[in-house]
Amino acid sequence: MKEMQKTDPKSRYYGEFGGQFIPETLMTELNKVSAAYDKYKTDPDFLEELKTLLNDYANRPSLLYYAKNMTEDLGGAKVYFKREDLNHTGAHKINNVIGQALIAKRMGKTRLIAETGAGQHGVATATIAALFGMECEIYMGKMDTDRQKLNVYRMELLGAKVHPVTTGSMVLKDAVNATLQAWTQRVDDTFYVLGSAVGPYPFPEMVHDFQSVISKESKRQILDVEGRLPDAVVACVGGGSNAIGSFAEYIADGDVKLIGCEAAGKGVDTDQTAATIERGSTGIFHGMKSLFLQNNDGQIDKVYSISAGLDYPGVGPEHAHLAITKRAKYVGITDDEAVDAFEYIAKTEGIIAAIESCHAVAYVEKLAPTMSKDKIIICTLSGRGDKDVASIAKYRGRDIDE
Amino acid sequence: MNKLQKIFENKKAFIPFVVADDPDFETTVQNILTLADNGANIVELGIPFSDPVADGPVIQAADLRAFKAGVNVNLVFDIVEKARESTNVPIVFLTYTNIAFKFGYEAFCKKCHELNIDGLVVPDLPLEEQGDLKKYTDKYNISLIQLIAPTSDERIIKIAKAAQGFIYMVSSMGVTGKREDFSNELSPTIKRIKEVTDVPVAIGFGIHSVQQAKDLSELADGIIIGSAIVDLINKGEDLAEYANKISTAI
Ligand SMILES: Cc1ncc(COP(=O)(O)O)c(C=O)c1O
Repeated sequence: MKEMQKTDPKSRYYGEFGGQFIPETLMTELNKVSAAYDKYKTDPDFLEELKTLLNDYANRPSLLYYAKNMTEDLGGAKVYFKREDLNHTGAHKINNVIGQALIAKRMGKTRLIAETGAGQHGVATATIAALFGMECEIYMGKMDTDRQKLNVYRMELLGAKVHPVTTGSMVLKDAVNATLQAWTQRVDDTFYVLGSAVGPYPFPEMVHDFQSVISKESKRQILDVEGRLPDAVVACVGGGSNAIGSFAEYIADGDVKLIGCEAAGKGVDTDQTAATIERGSTGIFHGMKSLFLQNNDGQIDKVYSISAGLDYPGVGPEHAHLAITKRAKYVGITDDEAVDAFEYIAKTEGIIAAIESCHAVAYVEKLAPTMSKDKIIICTLSGRGDKDVASIAKYRGRDIDE
Repeated sequence: MNKLQKIFENKKAFIPFVVADDPDFETTVQNILTLADNGANIVELGIPFSDPVADGPVIQAADLRAFKAGVNVNLVFDIVEKARESTNVPIVFLTYTNIAFKFGYEAFCKKCHELNIDGLVVPDLPLEEQGDLKKYTDKYNISLIQLIAPTSDERIIKIAKAAQGFIYMVSSMGVTGKREDFSNELSPTIKRIKEVTDVPVAIGFGIHSVQQAKDLSELADGIIIGSAIVDLINKGEDLAEYANKISTAI
């Protein structure tokens, strides 16, 4: 994949997907971001600063944890968790934010803006803005500010201004629209820290690179403990950043199965779903040519999932390419399955994982028993679940005061 | 010479924008005819999109009204067909890329050709990504309208050289919607455009008052008025009178 990017003259694309479908007003700025990224991605000072922050501030490398209880209970393949939930701020999002914010700093920017769904990316951005002494404004759908109140307050505590977005279906897609619009208004001092592997080039590539620390570490770690590569890598997919980071170093290893878990909401065959790859079709939106949930007229669907971080109608272009070329497989996990997994991993392993991540856990519950005991699965726990406790309680009919 | 370009030959062009099916089919047809009768030189007809990223609140609200009325792409074509029974005013579509893409670029352009549509304004399709669509706009003789922004800078020359019909000069940063101030870059940018192309330049984004229309028309070959007209239609104010005032002022 990497090699192809370098030699392909249409390097803004992954196969047929990708590109830069963005208003002209942003093109010059986007090209500046590209040029800056090209310059710094191999710059030793930049890479050193990135590494120091990842290790000393964000708590990397994250653990690769052997889930013994779950493995025994499921009775099949060995299950390892890549613990991105143990990162500072509680999710993988910080990996990418540190990278992009360092680029922003080097470009002389003083203000960071970002969209957020579950609030994890917003929290990570607000955190780094605080650390770097930058201004920060976060756009978040009104539905999500309501169901993720804790994260809203967290961002405010960190000094960010949170804008509830009331257009459209008031979720992640609309937050991206609002952030793009805000960026159009003010580019000179402002960097848009995009939170997933989506959007116009160079964002999908930057996010891929900054998140690939997940699989760089996990590969080294699994070779250390098992002396071989895993048979399957499983991660949840919203826009696809933790998944692409989890897959990246294994893409060239054809024997390693890559499985992305999308949010099926009430079911892939209902209209209350966010299973983009299973149900979507090729379209052009949010700066990229990729797969989208849309109607026959090209209008983008309202999507649904219990998880604020996964209910996005599109997916990153590299995932679309991995899906079409069948290098990776994508499956839908329903709300019910994810909530069951949320409770299951808490009870068997003592880990409260993000509801997003529990979409991956739910698939591991199905997959592991079908594989023999000498097989290995690595599942990424993209975030911790504190933020979800209140809404899962509510889902189970318990009203707890936050 | 290109048909759109010809319109600008001896006069400043007035290009009003309306959203198709806002608030309904008949009104849109009537508004197109009213504009054509009251000095509009080109009518820009917006195809509603679920996520109009380049548009401000006024046009977003118009899109929502159109969806409420049940708009779809074929209905927009029907609106044009109906209007075409009574007017030959040049019409360009404003459409987000995905609508044309999903319809099929070739099928979309063919349909535009049949409806005598002269151009396409596609706000989320920058020059670098136009190749696939341009194949068919060329084949069906439709101008792909280039947008140039206050930030276009080094891109100005490249874009201007590719221009057909007219150039849509974006007046200021941000999204569509009323404004009091316009970019200082307008004048120098238009000068740079003029050095490389004869394709006329129309300024749009934010123009609402007659005075603004007059002042900005002096910098360029035409002006585009969107949100102000959409707003006026929504409030049920006199479209003919407004169009008349603008077209005589410029
Ligand atoms: C914990 C967690 N996991 C996963 C996601 C989904 O994003 P992505 O697919 O980019 O990893 C989010 C997004 O908010 C998240 O907070």
